[in-house]
Amino acid sequence: MEEFTTVSEAAEEGVPAQAEAPVPAVRFENVKYTYDDDEEGTVFAVNGVTLTIRAGEFVAVLGRNGSGKSTLAKLINALLRPTEGKVTVFGLDTADAKKAFEIRKSAGMVFQNPDNQTVASVVEDDVAFGPENIGVPREEIGERITAALEAVGMTEFRHATPSRLSGGQKQRIAIAGVLAIQPKIMILDESTAMLDPKGRREVMDVVKKLNKEQGMTVILITHFMEEALEAERAVVMHRGEVVMDGTPEEIFARADELETYNLTLPRAAYICRRLQEAGMPVGNAFNAEELAEAICASLQKG
Amino acid sequence: MRIVAKGLTYVYNPKSPFATQALKGVDLTIEEGEFFGIIGHTGSGKSTFVQHLNALIRLTGGELKIGDYDLADKKCKVLELRSKVGMVFQYPEYQLFAETVKKDVGFGLKNFRKGISEEEADAAIREALRVAGIDYDEVAEKSPFELSGGQRRRVAIAGVIVTKPEVLILDEPAAGLDPLGKKELMELLHAIHGQWCKTVVIVSHDMDEIAENCTHAAVFSEGRVALCGTPKEIFSRGDELAAMGLGVPVTARAAQIMRGRGYAVNTDFTCDDFVNKVLALYRAENAAGAPAGGTHKESAGGAGDAE
Amino acid sequence: MLNDVTFGQYYPTKSFVHNMDPRAKLLFVIAYIVAIFIANNFFGLILVTLALIFFILLARVPFGRVLRSIKMILFLIVFTAILNLLFYAGGENDIVLAQWWIITISWQSIINTIFLAMRLLLLVLGTALLTLTTTPVALTDGIESLLKPLKYIKFPVHELALIMSIALRFIPSLMEETNRIISAQKARGANFEKGGLIKRAKAMIPVLIPLLVSAFRRAEDLGDAMDARCYSGAKGRTKYKKLTFTWRDLLGLLFFAALITGIVLLNTYLLGRFDIIWQVQQWFGI
Repeated sequence: MEEFTTVSEAAEEGVPAQAEAPVPAVRFENVKYTYDDDEEGTVFAVNGVTLTIRAGEFVAVLGRNGSGKSTLAKLINALLRPTEGKVTVFGLDTADAKKAFEIRKSAGMVFQNPDNQTVASVVEDDVAFGPENIGVPREEIGERITAALEAVGMTEFRHATPSRLSGGQKQRIAIAGVLAIQPKIMILDESTAMLDPKGRREVMDVVKKLNKEQGMTVILITHFMEEALEAERAVVMHRGEVVMDGTPEEIFARADELETYNLTLPRAAYICRRLQEAGMPVGNAFNAEELAEAICASLQKG
Repeated sequence: MRIVAKGLTYVYNPKSPFATQALKGVDLTIEEGEFFGIIGHTGSGKSTFVQHLNALIRLTGGELKIGDYDLADKKCKVLELRSKVGMVFQYPEYQLFAETVKKDVGFGLKNFRKGISEEEADAAIREALRVAGIDYDEVAEKSPFELSGGQRRRVAIAGVIVTKPEVLILDEPAAGLDPLGKKELMELLHAIHGQWCKTVVIVSHDMDEIAENCTHAAVFSEGRVALCGTPKEIFSRGDELAAMGLGVPVTARAAQIMRGRGYAVNTDFTCDDFVNKVLALYRAENAAGAPAGGTHKESAGGAGDAE
Repeated sequence: MLNDVTFGQYYPTKSFVHNMDPRAKLLFVIAYIVAIFIANNFFGLILVTLALIFFILLARVPFGRVLRSIKMILFLIVFTAILNLLFYAGGENDIVLAQWWIITISWQSIINTIFLAMRLLLLVLGTALLTLTTTPVALTDGIESLLKPLKYIKFPVHELALIMSIALRFIPSLMEETNRIISAQKARGANFEKGGLIKRAKAMIPVLIPLLVSAFRRAEDLGDAMDARCYSGAKGRTKYKKLTFTWRDLLGLLFFAALITGIVLLNTYLLGRFDIIWQVQQWFGI
């Protein structure tokens, strides 16, 4: 645990004290990206995105499959380099191949398929992979593994085989593998898409805790609207562009607009909206508890 | 075809240190014509049960009858059964293999109906793709690997319904799809249910999906059927489900809280019905002009009892 | 059905053998194999068998678990044994029991067959014990470490070891996937059991193609995941698990030195392989 708090402190210390505008964790400046670059009239997976993510922020990126949200994620840690424009991570330009190593050290990424991210047959060896790559001394790797597994609540599985774990547990191991590198940013590229509700809950709880307790910048790519509610900011992607940006509540209040991007409201919000449309004066609600409260309040007033 | 399971048991890796009893006596009847939901955690036995239904796992304990097919009978015609009980696995798009969409969809057809004429096969493939919402002329000669993820899933489903099975089973059919993709897929399943397969069985983790779509459902827990009935009956028992580590739909959770506050909503937990019942309550409240909430308990009805 | 393959199946428990250095264990297995092949009489093989039993007990792995590893190659053993039995070309002193066309069965061929089968069995069981008591990761670390000198002739030792460990890691995933695809195709009426060899091979196409596609997809995903975790080759890389020889390995070393010495002594001072025939004749007065 200790290392992580020091990392986040370091991240804050890294911010120039005199500056009014601190160095953002991630900055996109008019970024375009295309997978087939030599054709005329190409389709841009990411098409002119300008976006700033502050250090310590918890941002959900929403959008349909194929809206460019995964491409956006891969542009952050230099797995992809922009065709046009500029992406910087704590001021480092991802276009500079020499910086890729530094960038990946500060921006870790967890992927979609829990089966395709582990390199080793034992949990601790897998978590060790990242620190080994960046040349962490042996004794420290052990400490990092202990801390990372504790942070994701998987300490007792240190010597287990990943293939025998549940989907949620596998993803928590993948998160631990990233934590052991001690990044400042954690990107989750649809990491909950293949999990059952229990596994999704486990991963979301870990991610929220990292954000709250360690000040980790979290970028959560997802198509589960309910998950976006747990973030402090939501960004909606549509055809490679950022079309909405605000708090999740603000975003979900603009239901008609969301619909044009083929996104749906969280179910509670949807029901709420239908009641409002039918003329019942209920307040906004985003989950079952809030929905029940809003309805009861409205009934009492009525 | 009616599906009747009695005392179904199954052990993986019997007589080994890794032996695990997946089914511990499953009693379940699925009537013809139902849109049936199967709920349960990973490891609750639901997948094992479902694989029994078209003899992918051979019966080792208990009874299982599907229409006239008795799975306990060694002479049971497995191939024939499989053509009548279609099975769509999780992420079925990853099981496509042929060089064209047409050949892939025709694979099952040619396995089940040896010597079928080209014209007949072609007509059946065209029809199956149409039902699955895929334009035959556009994709039939394309490689399945050229299609988008959503299209591939539809092609995979077409490859199963092409033999016009009476029962269609789908394991997590909407897994990995985005919200609109999910909605469209459920619409597709309802279309298939209406005009193609008499019975549809879906395995799902999503309680909202079950509440919205299913006529009946069964909850699997630790190798047994813990609860069985209409979604309304099942989701009225939120506490029991919670004890099994399962959730309830948003509507059921909200209704439960409202009941605690003295407002009983007698709903079947679909969004539409919930909205209508709440509106009815609101209008009744307004008409009566009486703001007191506690007087409405008498309408609790079938919504179960939380008190 | 594909799940009971012993390959790469680590038996997790704590024991003397589990705690040995993988490099030492690899060397011991080599010594063990040498012992099997220099033993030229039954006493030598019995000594090796005793050593094996001793190590199985020491490793606290159930005998059944070790024996299961034979299942995979039982056919091979039986096949070689039968060939050997029927076509053993002996010397002039062979005591022929039956002869037909080019087939000759003699006391010598029977003895030789039993001897061969024993050797093969011991070979398989010994190596199985290695994989049962050593995690694939430790094993590849061990191999990497033992092969280190080859780095100086530009042999990609680290890459090779990494490839091996990743391959081992993906075996369970791919098997699970294979089972799922087989089930899915069976549900579409595919039949993998009927027909001749060619027909059956053809029937596997609907399984192999999705499997191949999936393997490529996994490789791509894994590549991204490794990149994201700062992988950039062996340069500047540290290792978490340090291999250290301990007293256990020293004891093991002494043990295997003793075993080989014992076998050499048995070879020199006891009777040759076929002298058992003579002995049996003595015992039973044939």
